[in-house]
Amino acid sequence: MARPFLFKMIPTIYMSDNIKKLRQRAVIIQSIREFFTSRGFLEVETPLRIPANAPEEHIDPYCSGDWYLHTSPEICMKRLLCRGYDNIFQICRCWRSGERGRKHIPEFTILEWYRTNSDYNDLMKDCEDLLGWISSVCNKEIQLFSSKSSQFTTMNRKVTRITVQEAFHRFSAIEMEVAVRSGSFDEIMVTNIEPALPGDVPVFLLDYPAEMAALARLKPDNLNVAERFELYLGGLELANGFSELNDPAEQRARFVEANYKRSQAGLVALPLPEAFLDELAAMQPSAGIALGVDRLVMLMTGAEKIDDVIAFTPEEL
Amino acid sequence: MYSVADLKKGLKLTLDGAPYIVIAFDFVKPGKGQALYRTKMRNMINGTILDRTYRSGETFEQASLDERQMEYLYKEDTHYTFMDQQTYEQVVMEEDAMGDAKNFLLENLKVDVLLFGEKAIGVTLPNFVNLRVIQTDPWAKGDTSGNDSKPATVETGYLLRVPPFIEEGELITIDTRNGEYSTRVKG
Repeated sequence: MARPFLFKMIPTIYMSDNIKKLRQRAVIIQSIREFFTSRGFLEVETPLRIPANAPEEHIDPYCSGDWYLHTSPEICMKRLLCRGYDNIFQICRCWRSGERGRKHIPEFTILEWYRTNSDYNDLMKDCEDLLGWISSVCNKEIQLFSSKSSQFTTMNRKVTRITVQEAFHRFSAIEMEVAVRSGSFDEIMVTNIEPALPGDVPVFLLDYPAEMAALARLKPDNLNVAERFELYLGGLELANGFSELNDPAEQRARFVEANYKRSQAGLVALPLPEAFLDELAAMQPSAGIALGVDRLVMLMTGAEKIDDVIAFTPEEL
Repeated sequence: MYSVADLKKGLKLTLDGAPYIVIAFDFVKPGKGQALYRTKMRNMINGTILDRTYRSGETFEQASLDERQMEYLYKEDTHYTFMDQQTYEQVVMEEDAMGDAKNFLLENLKVDVLLFGEKAIGVTLPNFVNLRVIQTDPWAKGDTSGNDSKPATVETGYLLRVPPFIEEGELITIDTRNGEYSTRVKG
């Protein structure tokens, strides 16, 4: 298919770096749409303002009137699955309060997709194919920035898979189960494990402790872990996917537990998405994933911070 | 009181009773995990660097720092004494905390003293100070060897390079930011 290379048509010397990256961003988003539509996924749009998100211990939504801005399109997209939709995808803005840093911005862009009669292995395959597709469409290899060497390297296509259990065993002084019990899981993850993961290949870190996967299905042969993975690329956590839990009673119990942990931590409890829980039993075995589009653009354009790949930061408004 | 949300480069806070300045800061949040605030801080007294990671909800004491203009009085052993001319209050600073400033201190010089609570932890000098040369070799007139500077010692004992025409007993201006000769003071 002939494809216009918009960002190449204008001599780059006349463009500011930010404009150049925003043009590349547009091409990348266009190529994501082509990837999914050419594979039979239906693009959907769901409301951004909803009465209840999935309550999560560490994600704070913004209020919007009596309702909330969604923190991801997960609840509404799964309700579409319950109503008989098959493979669907969406590219939309999401909001998470208090998240601001080199790789975080409170309003960001998510690519989320779901496939029915699938599990997280199919999603990992999708990720691999998507990265290859975008690289070829943009006619460039993915540039990975290494903070260790302060240099860019080209992505090696060969993927690596490592379980969370194994990663803790290899890169941390304590085992995964101990880290979960002592509450140091997240800290070890960012301090010891993420920096130790290979930087030049896509890395799938998989099978998270059941406690760390509120909406994921547990692994049938090991109920201590859930069928959840994170995709890391160039040290950036790019996507989070899992085999979906479709047991309403179990899902409700996990939401209640998330709210309990929130109140223990001095945070407000959040309303439960009741309509979603009512419909959940009708959901076929499915798998779903959210990918950070801004971070993908960072990787493709060699940007060091998320500010470089968006039109306006909140600080500029 | 600061919360983790206030953390940024340049923030000054008190930790274990000492003042620290944040020199690097990063917000991290592993997938679905808790927000962590990774910081690198420098101890403002002894310069040691500290890496610390904080979680949401943690708080800090602001560093109560105060800068006041004071006059340098005298040195005794390794203690330097300064006086606030308004309140006549005196503070003592250890030689370690003085850094290069001790090279340019003459009695009665007015300086800015950085106070952490009651404790003097740093001193900011005027950008330029005038000091008298107490030892330097005479300039051999007609010397064409091409040397454009020579060593000289000033009244504080500080040794620096000055132009060949500077003579013993002359007053020179020194840039305290880099410790170099600036000009000759006429008259």
